[in-house]
Amino acid sequence: MFDTLSDRLNGIFTKLRGKGRLSDADIDATAREIRLALLEADVALPVVRAFIASIKERARGAEVHQALNPAQQVIKIVHEELVGVLGGETRRLQFAKQPPTVIMLAGLQGSGKTTLAGKLARWLKGQGHQPLLVAADLQRPNAVNQLQVLGQRAGVEVYAPEPGNGVGDPVRVASDSIEHARRSMRDIVIVDTAGRLGIDAEMMGQAAAIRDAVTPDETIFVVDAMVGQDAVATAEAFRDGVGITGVVLSKLDGDARGGAALSVRHVTGQAILFASTGEKLEDFDVFHPDRMASRILGMGDVLTLIEQAEQAFDEDQKQRMAAKVTGGEAFTLEDFLEQMTALRRMGPIANILGMVPGMNQVKDQLAELDDSHFDRITAIIRSMTPGERVNPKVINGSRRARIARGSGVTVMDVNQLLNRFAEAQKMMKQMGGMMGLPGRRKATKSPKNKRKGTKGGGRPRSGSLPGGFPGGMPQLPPGLDPSALDPGAGFKAPKLDFGKLTRRPKDN
Amino acid sequence: MQWYVYVLIVLAVVLVVGLGLVVGQLSRRPPEQPPPPGGPTTAPPAPPTEAAPPTTAAPPVVIEPPVVVEPEVDVVAPPTVEAPAPTAGRLVRLRSRLSRSQNALGRSLLAVLSRDRLDDDAWEELEDNLITADVGVEPTREIVERLRERTRVLGTRTADELRALLKEELVGALDPKLDRSLAATPHDGRPAVLLVVGVNGSGKTTTCGKIARVLVADGHTVVLGAADTFRAAAADQLATWAGRVGAEVVRGREAGDPAAVAFDAVRRGIEAGTDTVLIDTAGRLQNKVGLMDELGKVKRVVERHGPVDETLLVLDATTGQNGLTQARVFTEVVDVTGVVLTKLDGTAKGGIVIAVQRNLGIPVKLVGLGEGPDDLAPFEPEAFVDALLGTNA
Repeated sequence: MFDTLSDRLNGIFTKLRGKGRLSDADIDATAREIRLALLEADVALPVVRAFIASIKERARGAEVHQALNPAQQVIKIVHEELVGVLGGETRRLQFAKQPPTVIMLAGLQGSGKTTLAGKLARWLKGQGHQPLLVAADLQRPNAVNQLQVLGQRAGVEVYAPEPGNGVGDPVRVASDSIEHARRSMRDIVIVDTAGRLGIDAEMMGQAAAIRDAVTPDETIFVVDAMVGQDAVATAEAFRDGVGITGVVLSKLDGDARGGAALSVRHVTGQAILFASTGEKLEDFDVFHPDRMASRILGMGDVLTLIEQAEQAFDEDQKQRMAAKVTGGEAFTLEDFLEQMTALRRMGPIANILGMVPGMNQVKDQLAELDDSHFDRITAIIRSMTPGERVNPKVINGSRRARIARGSGVTVMDVNQLLNRFAEAQKMMKQMGGMMGLPGRRKATKSPKNKRKGTKGGGRPRSGSLPGGFPGGMPQLPPGLDPSALDPGAGFKAPKLDFGKLTRRPKDN
Repeated sequence: MQWYVYVLIVLAVVLVVGLGLVVGQLSRRPPEQPPPPGGPTTAPPAPPTEAAPPTTAAPPVVIEPPVVVEPEVDVVAPPTVEAPAPTAGRLVRLRSRLSRSQNALGRSLLAVLSRDRLDDDAWEELEDNLITADVGVEPTREIVERLRERTRVLGTRTADELRALLKEELVGALDPKLDRSLAATPHDGRPAVLLVVGVNGSGKTTTCGKIARVLVADGHTVVLGAADTFRAAAADQLATWAGRVGAEVVRGREAGDPAAVAFDAVRRGIEAGTDTVLIDTAGRLQNKVGLMDELGKVKRVVERHGPVDETLLVLDATTGQNGLTQARVFTEVVDVTGVVLTKLDGTAKGGIVIAVQRNLGIPVKLVGLGEGPDDLAPFEPEAFVDALLGTNA
């Protein structure tokens, strides 16, 4: 797979090591790499060009020259610029002074308009509004049915006087719906229109006619996060055809990098209001520019990781895990098994690792990593008796042979697992100590644990872990050596960037 | 919010241990036997994963008794049967539709190629043009590099010659020798089974309907399996399509087991002696493990009747570089045998198929060119490239 931007920039800048300052040629080389990274993330070419120009401007400035680590500095600039462009001013939905507020949805076929209509209705209902869904997609077979089903699930009334499937006049349905909304005291009308292509003059004319009939307060352009270079052409067509006041990115739960967000934002100049992140009605969220920026650049996304973890673990498990880390309870193989199952629930291991900052560097080695290897570890643990799982020390030679037979592996595999696990237990204790929580942790020989005595209050130490874990993470695969990663840079911390963790969730 | 930190710590530990083990195992094992049969001495013949309880591996073929589940089979009788236009003559429309949207690219390419001197800027512009068509950075570079090399060697100067060379390169990238026919004819007294897969909103159901029309137009009998039990009214949508051409639809409960519906559809096809069974599946993003497992199960269960003849991945022409990931993951799970490129009638150029075919060798078999019921045509590399370059415009 493609390298991430940070890998590439690091490659360039290692060559430059020793040079006092960056020459223009160096900056051009850097710009080229950024350009490629953006193109691979499906940011449209004209947008990339404009963006690179502004990056170059800043990169020539003093901030990079003086920086100790120019690669990181450049990435930071790019990231900031991206957030700036994507975020700009965050905007809420505009409501009409005189209800009903009319929201019209437009977009290509299959971009997710009908599903979004349902999600938006549910969300608005949750905010105490009385939305009305209008089925003005009379083109696609059974789009009306789909909207009715969604309306039922969201508990929202659906105005669908026409059966659809090519029968009926959407403009009339739309204009009648306003009257209907007034009569039935609905304060928001969501008009779901048929998917149309930007070059289909007839359909764009129809969209404009619907717009004129209902005079929407918001015209929302729904765009698929997977869309490629075509995003610009489509967005322009819709901007000129119907006028756009806001954008919603759909299918953000996929693994597309989502460069379209940048393209659309650039072309339309309108804010991205929401992100649609799944098939269920509740998978709907406001848009986070900073996460999107990290995603476009292919950087680790700790926040998404946390969110996925939240889904994978139930409340009870979380409590117990916290107790394991902080309290006196020993970390047993049983826990290990449980965590691993939960981890598997979060998706393919390679995907999860991709989200861990710094892990991208070892991506190539992980590419051959197959989830079934984890299944084997599970099998080994499951071949142990409960007693053995709690107290692995009792596992002697004959027990090992039995476990190996039971799980279909060699004794060597079992040995290895037990050794690793012993190390993990040790690590766990050290981590628990590092957390500086009131607990039974007495200071060990680790210098870190001595230092931690000064801090209290149960707050994790902010900043990345200094210099990797004490004693190093034993037998990491080559390339995963913590010291090789740059601990000073926010995105490079080997495993966890506590500073980021503690800061961000508070904002929510 | 404190628990986030703990969760991540535990995850980190689990990951480090797990990875260490896995990497250790990988390095010890010779690479040519990735499904490890266990150690040489102590290991029993059974693969280790089978020892794991179903929470992790969940081997659904064994657990799932789709025959027993028996969703109510609802056969929709067509009220009026349309006679679809025959498939012949579709290519004419394909060309006009394609060139309608591709002019811009063709024009700018022409402008670049007809310059007096081809300097670095011109080549870069050519590169940009291909990138704008979603061909992807890597394939574009390769194509342009080869083109450069050849122009140098051949001393090509005129725009026409250059364009011919570029066309040759692009057609070469699409490998016209690949078999693009649809395996839709019955064999061994059994209907041909076609499975249609793809991400959400790529146009699977519509494509199913269109394929059914094409097959009916060519004199086949078709059974449609509505295995999209997830999306609201997806089965209705398919039934509407089927009703138009008089095909039979086998459908199950909403939120029912898609594998069971697919199984029943194939059984129905065998019983009724039809020529082709088309199975429409629910859209799924390729990074959703659970859904991809479900898809794998649909295929495995259907294969109890015999092999699936064709697995078609429906790819939206507007898709960018993610299309490559989609193709790869779907191929891993259900072994995609062909790609259907939809929505090519828009401004999108569908260059992603070049990347898909180049990396994975999966041929594009059909292209969708609009919402009309007959807007589906067989893919022809030459015509596609012509349209991409705007030769016909």
